[in-house]
Amino acid sequence: MSTDPRQLQGAPALEIKTSTFSVPTLLLASNNLEAIGQQLLQTVEKAPDFFTHSPVVLDVQALNNRRLPIDLKKLCRLVRDVGMFPIGIRGGNEEQNALALKLAIPNYSTHHPVAAELAKPKAAPPQAAPAPSPAVKLLTLPVRSGQRIYAEGDLIVLAPVSAGAEVIAEGNIHIYSTLRGRALAGVPNNTDARIFCSDLQAELISIAGNYQVSSNFSAPKGKPVQIYLQEQSLIIKDI
Amino acid sequence: MARIIVVTSGKGGVGKTTTSAAIAMGLAKKGHKTAVIDFDVGLRNLDLIMGCERRVIYDFINVINGEASLNQALIRDKNCNQLYILPASQTRDKDALSQEGVGKVLEELAKDFQYIICDSPAGIEKGAQLAMYYADDAFVVTNPEVSSVRDSDRMLGILSSKSRRAETNQEPIKEYLLLTRYSPERVKLKEMLSVDDVQEILSLHLLGVIPESKSVLNASNSGLPVILDEKSDAGQAYMDVVARYLGEECPHRFIDEKKGLLGKLFGGR
Repeated sequence: MSTDPRQLQGAPALEIKTSTFSVPTLLLASNNLEAIGQQLLQTVEKAPDFFTHSPVVLDVQALNNRRLPIDLKKLCRLVRDVGMFPIGIRGGNEEQNALALKLAIPNYSTHHPVAAELAKPKAAPPQAAPAPSPAVKLLTLPVRSGQRIYAEGDLIVLAPVSAGAEVIAEGNIHIYSTLRGRALAGVPNNTDARIFCSDLQAELISIAGNYQVSSNFSAPKGKPVQIYLQEQSLIIKDI
Repeated sequence: MARIIVVTSGKGGVGKTTTSAAIAMGLAKKGHKTAVIDFDVGLRNLDLIMGCERRVIYDFINVINGEASLNQALIRDKNCNQLYILPASQTRDKDALSQEGVGKVLEELAKDFQYIICDSPAGIEKGAQLAMYYADDAFVVTNPEVSSVRDSDRMLGILSSKSRRAETNQEPIKEYLLLTRYSPERVKLKEMLSVDDVQEILSLHLLGVIPESKSVLNASNSGLPVILDEKSDAGQAYMDVVARYLGEECPHRFIDEKKGLLGKLFGGR
């Protein structure tokens, strides 16, 4: 065993690369070793060239799901007896995995390694999924001509909205004062959104893109109204 | 520390320069050292209204560019030694103004003066924006007429978002409504918006109502701010405005119709 440093500094003896091999997997449905043995024999007899000396992975996931114990040592013996080489165990519990390693059989996760990575993030989003509903935007100062306010959720305005101003919300719009400008609720297509207004003198109102200009609607001045969408028509109703 | 007041409107021709001259003269006459600056570069009129157009040597742009000192450019008013005027350039245009330059001039003025009035040009472009950028108070001059009201509303929006106070999250500019060219007779005939109509749309604190008056034209012809015409209604209205601004209680005198002799004899409202 030469440990000559000059030799070690030369060309590497081997290179590690990832390669892909297709390996048949035995998906075990029963822990009846006799039945397993018989089926294995039958399988090999059907295609001896394919299965003899073939590496196989033993998948015990289904058994573990049903809490059926299996004698791994005996299982491996059965597999070897028919000429197959067990090269891995998949879906095993801790005990089985440890035993497999003792038998020099590596463990595989139930998912493809890449899929395993993808599976992890999936666990997180379901918790984040009930996304925080967008906060309500509250305005207490008048919305002046030329200003444009955008709210991701609901919008509440406690002061007048001047002519030439625009208030836009993805949710509902409440204006507890006079609306002289434009109000667009439910953008882009939330047809359930409504507009509530204490005094409607608007230039234009719209819900989910369905709009009406002031000359086309008759709203009682000074009275609180609500506006909602009914089959693509805007309905203005007293509150 | 000086108080910077911007006289602005959005709409043109509503009475900003007339107001700037009158207010500046009013404050100065009360003993406060006041400077009034014309921000309408290229279309200057403040010097005409103040009657100092023949004494303009250096102007605002010269000072910003360092071509003249502030003392060289400031013109002391003949009628009140507490009042100084900084005229605009007539040969350049608004592009000659810069935020930094304006800031430096105002900073220097603030050392000696108690009030600095910035006479804004019309519009919402650079000149108007720079005039109001450093302001503490804003007099929004409005005519009781629909387009003026809408333009004032637009200007209010800009005041609340593009001023230095807005950008640095300080206390916002104090906004005051000044209703000019008001005619109570026409309001009665429903031809003109009333004070209440304007207040409803603008939601602003009313500083004063200046009646439509022939004295305004006479004043600009003679180069004297109208507030010096103590017999005129407009002059008196401006005196009330100055008093009110300085904290005095002052009833609005020019909102209701003038009573003729018969009206006064036979009573009634």
